[in-house]
Amino acid sequence: MSSDTLKQKFSELKKEGLPALLTYTVGGDPSKDISLEIFKSIAESGADIIECGLGHSANIGDGAAIQDSTYRALSNGIQTDDVFSIIKSFKNEYSQDVIIMTYQNKIMSYGEKNFIEKCVASNVSGIICVDYPWPTNMSFADECKKNNITFIQLLSPTTSEERLKLILDDSHDVCYYISQLSTTGSKLKVSSEEILNKFNLMKSIAPEKNFIIGFGITLDTIQSIKDVDAIVVGSALCKEISRSVNESQNPATNIGNMVKQLKEKLTALIGF
Amino acid sequence: MIELQKGIPLIDQHDEHGYWGGKFGGSQIAESLNYPIEELTREFEKLRHDEKFIAERDHYFKNFVGAPTPFIKLNNLTKYLGGAQIYCKLVSKATGGAHKAYNAVVHALIAKHLGKTFIGGDTGAGYAGKMLSMVSAHFGLKAKIFMGAKDIERQQINVFSMRSYGAEVVPVTSGSQTLVNAVSECMRWWTAENETAHMCVGSTVGPTIFVKICAWSTAQISREMKKQVIDEFGEIPKNMKLINCVGGGSSAAGFWNEWMDHDNVELIGVEAGGPEDSKKHAAPLTNSSKLGVLHGSTQYVIQDSDGEIEETESISAGLDYPGVSPLHCFLKETGRARYTSATDEEAIEAFKLVSRLEGFVSPSLEPAHAFAEAIKIAPNLSKDTIICVDSCGDSAKDAQIIAQRLGYKL
Repeated sequence: MSSDTLKQKFSELKKEGLPALLTYTVGGDPSKDISLEIFKSIAESGADIIECGLGHSANIGDGAAIQDSTYRALSNGIQTDDVFSIIKSFKNEYSQDVIIMTYQNKIMSYGEKNFIEKCVASNVSGIICVDYPWPTNMSFADECKKNNITFIQLLSPTTSEERLKLILDDSHDVCYYISQLSTTGSKLKVSSEEILNKFNLMKSIAPEKNFIIGFGITLDTIQSIKDVDAIVVGSALCKEISRSVNESQNPATNIGNMVKQLKEKLTALIGF
Repeated sequence: MIELQKGIPLIDQHDEHGYWGGKFGGSQIAESLNYPIEELTREFEKLRHDEKFIAERDHYFKNFVGAPTPFIKLNNLTKYLGGAQIYCKLVSKATGGAHKAYNAVVHALIAKHLGKTFIGGDTGAGYAGKMLSMVSAHFGLKAKIFMGAKDIERQQINVFSMRSYGAEVVPVTSGSQTLVNAVSECMRWWTAENETAHMCVGSTVGPTIFVKICAWSTAQISREMKKQVIDEFGEIPKNMKLINCVGGGSSAAGFWNEWMDHDNVELIGVEAGGPEDSKKHAAPLTNSSKLGVLHGSTQYVIQDSDGEIEETESISAGLDYPGVSPLHCFLKETGRARYTSATDEEAIEAFKLVSRLEGFVSPSLEPAHAFAEAIKIAPNLSKDTIICVDSCGDSAKDAQIIAQRLGYKL
């Protein structure tokens, strides 16, 4: 029961007073085997939820770091089924929930029904689809819910309060707040206060829902927004994979170390 | 069966979510772009009915772009082919050398109206970028043009113009380094900068509002042409065929707009068939490509079985695009227009023949595809059939490519 485990994870962490640490890497980057090693290493280093990119070459939301990862995976011949098989192998050994982040054409091309079935078979807990906005995503989101998969609605700084309420009303347990107007991997250009204000507003509208905060999150910016439900680190990790590949180092080890540092910093902030 | 409705502008025949025929178009964008797109949609709906705005548009179209462009009979080509009478709408006489000036003017006027100081746009053949740079210079807007590195290489004349007008040309080095990547990069840029910047999509592609603005702008072509046709023939001819090249589809949408309800006017779109020995054609309608989402809208897209956009190949940078306007998907599905393709070789032959016979008309490689179809079908048609080809771009920008093909040194 995937969406239940996701919900459970959030409530466990809440008891501990910790925001969930999500990591984003592109499935299949730099290869099928190493990508699986990276996921395992991330899980062993303390990440709470694994976000796995199903890369698309015509993406319109990703900055240079994730684009590099995406092109590397695609040019190595990684297909949607390879990403599902990486996730399935990972889930055979690890309990962390896996969320797929992708673009609509990947789902459309696979067939919405098939895609959901394959998510169920691979033990995927949630789906984020960057270019499948509310309300046109509603029938797909409903289908996800029927299959115990959390469809994670996206919210942005310019989403009006009226739209915010409507989206939250239709949303599942988890939503994703894009902290600033940018592609992924840009420097945080908004203040932590602005992010927290928006987080508090969303919480006041939907107290029972969990909000993931993404975009611009690094070791340096983690401190100021530790009070949210969850944070995602993605581009910094993709960049580290690129660096490791270019310097013939083991990306799984390096990424593991990076995640360990992030988790330690978070834990230290809470005073454990 | 999806049906075209009479008496309603084509750009307004979409549903509440922006889909033509219930499935083509839409705004499949990241949530961060929802607000600027809603704002633009709201403002454009007001502006297009605002008499002052229309007067301003017409002032620029007439005095700066040079409307109306000529509508001429190609006597020599008609005689040579010995069938239908061939006419040409010489849109390449618009300032800057192509129809892209109309869309650029309208977007610049909208940007000014919205109080934006920056404007960004994509370009393939370089015409859209050149015109946007040109009007931005006039209106005092800072222009940023995204262009594939491969296109920069092969369309240097237009790149030179853009830089002369003070625009920043951003080379896009991802993927096939052509228009498809330039549009993606431009949309990424707008995601980050939309509070101060306006985005111009260079063709009738992208989220629904951009399809509408572009087709509303290029509709000038058929609006003025309808008058010219009536002046020439005294009435609308009983048997008329309008042939236009189709890449994104902006010039065809404009060339056909006023003729939608005239069933005796056949609409023929010509896509890029690429080199004869290549399978990487930029012809999603002709080859019945799969439905997909590209650059924020649903359309027929050249893609592999895993939903990855495939590389295309065409001698014409302006037609080298894996997707196609939702308007053309809709027109194909309703049966209102038919689509075919011409190869690189046929386009070059058409360019040669038309230039040699007509002198005043020297089509760029994009409309050369449309002429290729006219040349194919005209000999078998009756003499009372009127063929009109939209010569929507001038060959000057393609001088290097054509010269190289024909073995000349420039």
